[in-house]
Amino acid sequence: MDPITLSRWQFGLTTVYHFLFVPLTLGLGWFVAYMQTRYYQTRDEDYRKMAKFWGKLFLINFAIGVVTGIVQEFQFGMNWSEYSRYVGDIFGAPLAIEALLAFFLESTFLGVWIFGEGRVPEKVHLASIWLVAIGSNLSALWILLANGWMQHPVGYVINEATGRAELVDFFALITNPKGWLFFWHTIAAGLATASFLILGVSAYHIVRKQNLKIFKASFQMAAIVGLISSTLVFLGGHTNGQYMFETQPMKFSAIEAHWETSAPAAFSILTIGDLTGKQEVWSLRTDAFGIHGVLSFLACNNFECEVKGVNQLQAEYEALYGPGDYIPLMVVTYWTFRFMMTVGLIMMLVSFLFLLALRKPIENAKWMKWVPWVIALPYIANTSGWILTEMGRQPWIVQGLLKVQDAVSPNLTTLDLLISLIGYTAIYGALAGAMFYLMKKYAVAGPDAAMHESVDVAPSFAGADD
Amino acid sequence: MSYEFLQTLWFILIAILWIGFFFLEGFDFGVGMLLPFLGKKDEERRAIINTIGPTWDGNEVWLLTAGGATFAAFPHWYATMFSGFYLALFLLLVGLILRGISFEYRSKDREPRWRHRFDWMIAIGSFMASLLLGAAFANLARGVPINADMMYTGNLFTLLNPYGLIGGLTTVVVFLLHGANFLGLKLEGEMRERVIAFSKKLYFTAMIVTTLLLVTTYIYTDIRTKLGINPGITPIASYVALLVTIYFINRKLEGWAFIMTSLHIVLTQVTFFTLMFPRVMISSLNPAWSLTIYNASSSQYTLTVMSIVALIFVPIVLAYQGWTYYMFRKRISTDKKTLVY
Repeated sequence: MDPITLSRWQFGLTTVYHFLFVPLTLGLGWFVAYMQTRYYQTRDEDYRKMAKFWGKLFLINFAIGVVTGIVQEFQFGMNWSEYSRYVGDIFGAPLAIEALLAFFLESTFLGVWIFGEGRVPEKVHLASIWLVAIGSNLSALWILLANGWMQHPVGYVINEATGRAELVDFFALITNPKGWLFFWHTIAAGLATASFLILGVSAYHIVRKQNLKIFKASFQMAAIVGLISSTLVFLGGHTNGQYMFETQPMKFSAIEAHWETSAPAAFSILTIGDLTGKQEVWSLRTDAFGIHGVLSFLACNNFECEVKGVNQLQAEYEALYGPGDYIPLMVVTYWTFRFMMTVGLIMMLVSFLFLLALRKPIENAKWMKWVPWVIALPYIANTSGWILTEMGRQPWIVQGLLKVQDAVSPNLTTLDLLISLIGYTAIYGALAGAMFYLMKKYAVAGPDAAMHESVDVAPSFAGADD
Repeated sequence: MSYEFLQTLWFILIAILWIGFFFLEGFDFGVGMLLPFLGKKDEERRAIINTIGPTWDGNEVWLLTAGGATFAAFPHWYATMFSGFYLALFLLLVGLILRGISFEYRSKDREPRWRHRFDWMIAIGSFMASLLLGAAFANLARGVPINADMMYTGNLFTLLNPYGLIGGLTTVVVFLLHGANFLGLKLEGEMRERVIAFSKKLYFTAMIVTTLLLVTTYIYTDIRTKLGINPGITPIASYVALLVTIYFINRKLEGWAFIMTSLHIVLTQVTFFTLMFPRVMISSLNPAWSLTIYNASSSQYTLTVMSIVALIFVPIVLAYQGWTYYMFRKRISTDKKTLVY
């Protein structure tokens, strides 16, 4: 294994892992802030319990997002030093701004929120959870603007003297439609992730008839937000796809295993490729059923427009950028897209059905005991989505500007990478274990435990073996 | 604003971020290392954690911002240092992960073994971070092998030279003392007495290692040619600040003792950055291959944009972070009724 391959695996694994926790932080913060606000307005003790209970789960999840986030910021320099040199003039700016505007805000006020109850004025305590939610979502905005630039570089020139990309238009960088589309898609996905966690955990308690009032209120809130947010994710995804068609046509066509240019273009229902991923073996497309131009419609909202094939794009890119393989790993782009989209549709449908079901007393419904499994849905969709976005850009690290193979730190050895990769894997694995244990424990224990656990001290600590 | 002015400005800004980080996380790390030793009962340990509980995470952001600012303002510095110190930084990250997760998770289970394990992870994580940061900064001052292409050509063991280790050790001990002074300021009753007794014992070790660092700095760095045999007021004041700390510890004036270790840390960092300027990474192979604020920086446009952003937001951040220290200024008692878990 060479250092490049290992660096790619490490970045991929640590990023996917990091993003398991981030969406829940993004979405659940708003829920907790809303619940606490309702308590502040109504003095209804149930809202206080809700805020405490979901707040506890928020904190357990938040901690892992924070510590794995530090790794993300360091990795650009540690593993991708040539990338950092080449684009640091542009890419470093949103990263620094993220730290200054967002990290300080969320971490400072999280401390106030955890420790401030009864110590700071109640209004300040309430404001602090809102600032945490705003801070974490702001952080998403800046990192997505940074990522958006990697997908669709804007506002830069190549400086021949310094041999790197340099920023000439900051406004273009922060208004990059790619970044804002990602932001829309991601924020909505975060809300959907939180909604489905709340739906699942609430269902667990509703079935057992525990704290019915609290959990039915939570369930209803989450079903509404879940439907709205998953619909927004879907619309954002569609808009994102059309922009991708304009700016990253290769990714777009690779998602569809669309080999040859055609107009109108058909949507693939099932395509099987050979093991190289470069050759189609069998394919069933929408035009087989007499429905024409579905892919054209996805690309540009009309059923006629031309969608370039992967083969033609490969030839174009070779003419433009020199010889090389410009086709991403199609088995990945093709299937991650289908996972993401299918799960996304299921989420829309399921949250709609939950809303309908709420007209009757759901605690007696037989199917409720299966509902906790819906928690898994957004995680599948979120992970597939990012794998698609990042792997669909290959071989580029910055679309059209820099290839991944030219971005890696040249001084790293295989041994360096093995040590860090094994180390991260071991630590992240242990963290996931501890996190899952705590999440499950607190989720199952219910709001009373979240309220009282705070003063519960281990019975006899003095005898501990130190 | 001229290009050169902006480059100097960003060197100073990044220096301030590091100085702030060493000052703030210095006592956080110290408190973390002291946790299993000074806290015998669970509520004592919880009280110790709560002295930094509301603020440690915000303090750590100083490191992230220093990293981000270095990336934005001096991409070559960021690229060479982070890839060059790869394994050292990996271990630093491991330390920060262990520590960060433990603060949040240690009290979430009542099982004493669970809490005990996380308390030790806080201590070990804080120790690793202090040792590695100290070693890294000593090596930056000493110079590391960097070739004509700004590439680091050493490995982890290159950093484990005597001077690097002395730097790491000194940082650990000074952070311990700084943390103890902070705890003296924040705890009450018997805990406070315990902390003061510990500070007294630790003080002489701190003086010995700091003196060692000072002497070896004359051997291993270019301080003589850069600052002169008489290095000027900053390093001398730094040394004196540490020297007089014992006076305040003995009189139980923890506030002053804390100010003195703070001054010591801040002035040591100022000395470090004065010694480096205008270099950001010194090449031990050839002085001409050193990274400087001139050859490592971003474009004038980026520096201008970032200066405006910093000008607006740094004061805001300082204001609300300072406010949280004011909000949580009270001493922490080990009384179970008032402890936040």
